[in-house]
Amino acid sequence: MRIVIIDDSGLRATVLEEGLREAGYDDIHIVPPRGGFVARLERMAPDVVLMDLGSPSRDTLEEMLSVSRALARPIAMFVDQSDESMIGAAIDAGVSAYVVDGLRKERVKPVLELAVRRFNAFARLQTELDEARTALSDRKIIDRAKSILMSQRGLNEPDAYALLRSSAMNQGKKIVDVAQALITASDLLGGGL
Amino acid sequence: MTTALRIAYLPLTDSAVLAVAREKGFAEEEGIALDLVRTTSWATLRDRLVFGQVQAAHMLAPLAIAVTLGLSQQPAPLSAPYKLNVNGNMLVMAKEFAQALDPDVAARLDDPLGTAHDFAAAIGLWKRKPVIGIVHRFSSHAVMLRYWLASAGVDPDRDVLLRVVPPSLTVEAMRAGEIDGFIAGEPWGSAAVDADLAEAVAIGERIWQRGVEKVLAFRTPWLEENPQTVDGLIRALVRAAAWCDEPANHEALAHLLSQPHFVDQPADLILRALSGRITARADMPPLEMPDFMLFSREATPFPWRSQALWLYSQMVRWKMVEHRPENVARAGSVFRPDIFRRALAESNVPIPGASMKVEGAVAAPLAVGSKRGELTLGPDRFFDGRVFDPERIEDFLASF
Repeated sequence: MRIVIIDDSGLRATVLEEGLREAGYDDIHIVPPRGGFVARLERMAPDVVLMDLGSPSRDTLEEMLSVSRALARPIAMFVDQSDESMIGAAIDAGVSAYVVDGLRKERVKPVLELAVRRFNAFARLQTELDEARTALSDRKIIDRAKSILMSQRGLNEPDAYALLRSSAMNQGKKIVDVAQALITASDLLGGGL
Repeated sequence: MTTALRIAYLPLTDSAVLAVAREKGFAEEEGIALDLVRTTSWATLRDRLVFGQVQAAHMLAPLAIAVTLGLSQQPAPLSAPYKLNVNGNMLVMAKEFAQALDPDVAARLDDPLGTAHDFAAAIGLWKRKPVIGIVHRFSSHAVMLRYWLASAGVDPDRDVLLRVVPPSLTVEAMRAGEIDGFIAGEPWGSAAVDADLAEAVAIGERIWQRGVEKVLAFRTPWLEENPQTVDGLIRALVRAAAWCDEPANHEALAHLLSQPHFVDQPADLILRALSGRITARADMPPLEMPDFMLFSREATPFPWRSQALWLYSQMVRWKMVEHRPENVARAGSVFRPDIFRRALAESNVPIPGASMKVEGAVAAPLAVGSKRGELTLGPDRFFDGRVFDPERIEDFLASF
């Protein structure tokens, strides 16, 4: 079974490809949806096409599927139109799948289920990555505010942090916001570090 | 009590009425908490609607008919009780291509018939078969482009290459030379003109003076089961549309739509379609086109069944669907003037008394019978002077 993944994000496509290979599928190709991707896809004659539901190029792909002579058999969305929970899970995960008509559904269903799991895993990974990035930049801001307090007010590090924290609590704000305000004020007053 | 309602839309200027219904509190006044779901392709918008992830969608009118007729993936009966706008399209072509057309751009746009013939000649002079971007096979834009090209003997399936390009990628595709021009909803034509990649060649409103564009589409069973919510939403949209048509609000509306969670394009670009001041070529002052895009006046939102049938006739003409009595009935039933009337029964909004009219027959503003108040219909002629009698579809089809 030849599976083509159309995806802009190299990372997500790789995450999906790895999962499919682990499950024993070995005829997998990744095509970014740019330029003449439709002609490339046509030459590949895939059995299953997986694509991000959020990709604007879905309309281009569907048009190709409806006019292509090379892919003579019609291609249908989703594995089993009557399986509502599967469809819901796929849409929630952001997976769209096109399957050559006539391919037995029990053969395709595991592919789609795997794609849904991998898309979800990728989304979690992305969220964690974003959170880690935010945490890192928050820490840098707080560190800088602490050094300002330490040099301007002669505090040691625990006291500088305690002061930031109590100000934040008193104002009902996040520590990082108070720290940022302090840095801005300090910069304006020419006392920045 | 507040009812939550999810509506999918594409970031285009003609999603304005939905944005205003939410942001200016019109939906809230009807007890509806609108959740607008930004979507990047018509395929995904369709799937979200058909599979019940949203209750309604800002949809290309021909796509609503195509889904109902089973021509676009999973078949589902859809109902459109409200038109979100008429007009608003622009065909733009690469500057080098446009050199073969009338250099007086205003004259070119005023004479779609002459320009279509010049366009036919320009095809032969071009380095290859011109590649024209359309946003979807079942789009009003594609239907009008085909109608216009064919008037000059151009076979849109043979003499040009129609390539589907999503609106948000049209400018990029022009820049990369993948397409030689495109027809899309605003602000994308203006964006290509501004980038000096293209110039206006035809305007939707000059091809069909009151051309159907986006509708609000529901799954028919859901629409039937939730009359109160549907009616409340229609009343909210009618007030939002009146707000959108008011010239004094155009700048605020452009600013609202320019935000990242709506169209995410510069406000001055969006303002052009709203105010009807269209820059047709980067080095020209804007042209005044007061009917470029309409939301409210002349009962714009009223879903004339004859308009759905005109779209159907074009789908038959281009062999997208077989002409059969049951298809006529299903296509016509997508537009729901009965629901529109029911929703506004207690209001003082003038509503046409009829559900069908002969399309293309009104040459000058015309006062018509309405349930109450004065209702004037704007001119709705096709540029080639044809008229469409919805009772005589076969005769109309035979005329091409």
